[in-house]
Amino acid sequence: MHLKFILVAAAVVLISTPVSAHRAWIQPSATVLSGEEATVTVDAAISNTLFHPDHVAMSLDGMQVIGPTGDKVDIINAAKGRYRSVFDIELKTQGTYKIATSSGGLRAVWRDADGKRKMWPARGQQANESEFATAVPIKATDLIVSRSWRRVETFVTVGSPSKAALQPTNQGLELIPVTHPNDLYATETATFKLLFDGQPAAGAEIEVVPGGMRYRNTQQTIKIMANQQGELNITWPHAGMYFLEASYSDDKVAKPATVRQGNYSATFEVLPL
Amino acid sequence: MSWIVMALTLVISIFSSHKLSASEINLTVTLPRLNVAEYHAPYVAVWIEDEQRKITHIAVWYDTALSNNKGQEWLKDLRQWWRRGGRELSMPVDGLSGATKGPGQHIIQAQLSAVLSKLPAGKYRIMVEAAREVGGRELLQLPIQLPLTEQSLPAEIAGKAEIELIRLHF
Repeated sequence: MHLKFILVAAAVVLISTPVSAHRAWIQPSATVLSGEEATVTVDAAISNTLFHPDHVAMSLDGMQVIGPTGDKVDIINAAKGRYRSVFDIELKTQGTYKIATSSGGLRAVWRDADGKRKMWPARGQQANESEFATAVPIKATDLIVSRSWRRVETFVTVGSPSKAALQPTNQGLELIPVTHPNDLYATETATFKLLFDGQPAAGAEIEVVPGGMRYRNTQQTIKIMANQQGELNITWPHAGMYFLEASYSDDKVAKPATVRQGNYSATFEVLPL
Repeated sequence: MSWIVMALTLVISIFSSHKLSASEINLTVTLPRLNVAEYHAPYVAVWIEDEQRKITHIAVWYDTALSNNKGQEWLKDLRQWWRRGGRELSMPVDGLSGATKGPGQHIIQAQLSAVLSKLPAGKYRIMVEAAREVGGRELLQLPIQLPLTEQSLPAEIAGKAEIELIRLHF
């Protein structure tokens, strides 16, 4: 019974991502590279402490790399350990690569007659929307039907930064650059724009946390809110890896959903001047 | 000896402040001899920035001897140069790129003179950046006013770690 409670609690933590202590992150070995045969190696994990794999490896099933031409690039040497997954990308074309995993769609949570938490689709599963009517009891207690999206990204550039890989898919919460994500320097201010389904995510809440959390006592979180244009400014206090997490929700959604929400996170490297 | 030259230069420059022909100008970059277990000659970039940070390349020294252009892999460690325009270049570049150089004085003349003779009058900074494998990185900035006058030379700035001195002189 006790174990069951823990499992249910864990499931709830995993779906309520914005305030979760577990952070899903993708960290490249370098973000600015040069040369004709550059290769980057990448870690992907879900952990409590940023960039320190201490919880569970990230699944690589949905990992996608978009290259400088806007086309998909294969990952190689993929392996999944207990605490982290790793893979390499050969950067054969000069320019910027986006490394991303995303998922989402219709989902529902409710309590059954015994007061137990239920969810559809099951964790890790993609919803088949035609099953909604039979799978979800529409009169259930505490029923919330949402269109929820999550996306985890990072960026690497070999040679000169380019923008073709940074085009939004216009689904869920996404970040598009005003400042290029591989042109970030300590003490400078970067501007990014958040979109939800391709429209400015006005009022989206953003938290930026520097890496290296193990070596300090506080999170040193920078909290920002996106303006009416969905834009946000970050002044990087010092060089290093940073984790950005943004969340957005509103009710501009078609039935049966009553809320649409997006969670976006990304790893950025800030270089010293 | 050099004191005498400098003193004479000073005396002469008090009486004559005519504009110098750019072809007379040299930049001496002195790289330090370092007592380290594993020494690799540094990558060095030299460029000029105007007040709007518009840049003109002068030199880049990197490991050109490695096969398959492998030496280009560390060009990004010249971080400031890379950002300011190095990343736009396709190496090697005639008259600009060359092999790394060891400790001692290295004179840059032809490319510098060509650049200085073309730039419009105004304030500039000569930038010299060095980055060494298994070592450190340093960036020196020497402010100059174009056209150069005799009394403004020599101009020099000393480094702390990876560059001993840069000196603009004729």
